[in-house]
Amino acid sequence: MPDPTTVAARPSDLWLLWRQFLAQNKLFLRNPFSAFFSLAFPVMFLLLFGSLNGGGRIPELNNIRYIQFLTPGMLAFAVISTCYTGLVTGVAINRDEGLLKRVRGTPLPPWVYITSRIASAVFFSLVSAVVMVVAAVVLFHVEVIGRMLPAAAVTLLAGAACFCALGMAVAAVIPNGEAAPVIANFTFFPVAFVSDLFFPTAGAPAWVGTVGSIFPVKHFALALEDTFNPFVHGNGFQWGHLAVMALWLVVAVAVAVRFFRWEPKTDASGGGRRRRSGRTAAVAEADHTA
Amino acid sequence: MAAIQVQGLRKAYGEVEAVRGIDFQVAEGECFALLGPNGAGKTTTVEILEGYRDRDGGEVEVLGHDPRRGERSLRERVGIVLQAAGQFRELTVREVLDLFGGYYPSPRDTGEVIELVGLDDKAGARVKTLSGGQQRRLDLALGLVGDPDLLFLDEPTTGFDPSARRRSWELIESLRDLGKTILLTTHYMDEAQNLADRVAIITAGRIVASGTPGSLGGRDEGEAMVAFRLPPGAALTDLPARLPGRPATHADRVELATSEPTRALHVLTGWALERGEELDALTVTRPSLEDVYLRLTGAEELTHA
Repeated sequence: MPDPTTVAARPSDLWLLWRQFLAQNKLFLRNPFSAFFSLAFPVMFLLLFGSLNGGGRIPELNNIRYIQFLTPGMLAFAVISTCYTGLVTGVAINRDEGLLKRVRGTPLPPWVYITSRIASAVFFSLVSAVVMVVAAVVLFHVEVIGRMLPAAAVTLLAGAACFCALGMAVAAVIPNGEAAPVIANFTFFPVAFVSDLFFPTAGAPAWVGTVGSIFPVKHFALALEDTFNPFVHGNGFQWGHLAVMALWLVVAVAVAVRFFRWEPKTDASGGGRRRRSGRTAAVAEADHTA
Repeated sequence: MAAIQVQGLRKAYGEVEAVRGIDFQVAEGECFALLGPNGAGKTTTVEILEGYRDRDGGEVEVLGHDPRRGERSLRERVGIVLQAAGQFRELTVREVLDLFGGYYPSPRDTGEVIELVGLDDKAGARVKTLSGGQQRRLDLALGLVGDPDLLFLDEPTTGFDPSARRRSWELIESLRDLGKTILLTTHYMDEAQNLADRVAIITAGRIVASGTPGSLGGRDEGEAMVAFRLPPGAALTDLPARLPGRPATHADRVELATSEPTRALHVLTGWALERGEELDALTVTRPSLEDVYLRLTGAEELTHA
């Protein structure tokens, strides 16, 4: 029987989640790479493309200004860098280092740790989104459309949820931390160019549209871009795109839950010593049940 | 009540049997060492007790819990110092200890823990700026901050210089004096000898000997070795026949394994005095823990020892 005084003093899960969330935020801000890639990088793209092609217009989209199209695209880019790329690399590297294993040995509930990382990624997605919109409005006079603002916010959050789940799923299945940045970038950038993120694909060959439509990036980008297009009627909710994102989210969660590992695959002892290769598969097996 | 009970523990990774049926108990307040070469099954055993791995067979109880259920109430009473584990590198020493302390119902004071492991002047430093030895002390601090009843130390001083190791030993001894139960793995014999109340030697997944460091492998009861150099001009055959045991030449010395070292010395010194000669390099030794260890774990482990 547990000692009743011990139970009374146990910190609540919500309190633990809040503290861990703050700690993850601190870690994020103090790591120059993560801060740069998810906060500065997308804004840089906005400034670069916006300045190069400032006066351009898009005939396929009611002749709206290119920057009015690019801003929501870069919002999506910022969310994907922070949530997807950030979690894939961060989680895989932390697992290789044995940090996840260390956390797993404490009384911190695993779901609290995972949730705190996701919450932190979503938080910084929103921060970079706000920075981006302010920069776009101030520098390029991008129009923010009030009636579609709720749709924009919901789409942004839905995208963050979808790409956090995908990040955890990919982090769960990739072999090691060294491969993580490569895999994260190679699964994202080729898709990004057929997904209306940087430029519209309406005039491109049909296969570009087909390939893009399979992946969630294009649906996220289009749903967000519509909320910045003054010619779109109504409240701006694009349920079709949101449904595709939801489907990817469900699949990603299932993969992440099934395959998530707290320890590196090749090193059962955690001591940096590799033993006979015969144990690798068995260890991976053991980790799933842990 | 025993803090740890292990019976018939088995674990295989594919074809490789890492742990082949081991039994031991660790009493509350005891410091118990698993001593063995790399790959002997120490870490696998400890990680099963810590709840990181499932076992294939046998019974295991840690503070009254089955560790494979991974209960929070068990984790709250256990401190784990892994062989190697990542750090929150961008946090300061104080921040990371505050964070981890918050996971436990009744943590120790952060400042106190920092002082205990001797990181006072690094309290405000980012973890990534610490030296290897300092990070290892932080590992220990993180194992202690929850004020655990039971502490797992997996090779806590591997890679330390002698003075850092000495300081860690003092710290571990002070923890034992506080009544903590400690399960230690090590491949350093002096570490086991200095810290452990009891030692089990584990090799190839089996415990081959266990007992107090002083009695392990019968080293307090077994034969003593009397060794000396023969006086000039004397031969092995000149030695008195009354000598207990059979003398043999090793390099330039004569060695005599005997269960009666007192009588052997008496006969031997009497013989030398009668001849009016000195027995150079005369020693009486018991097998060291190292001798016992090497005998039990096999000579091929010599390089690790």
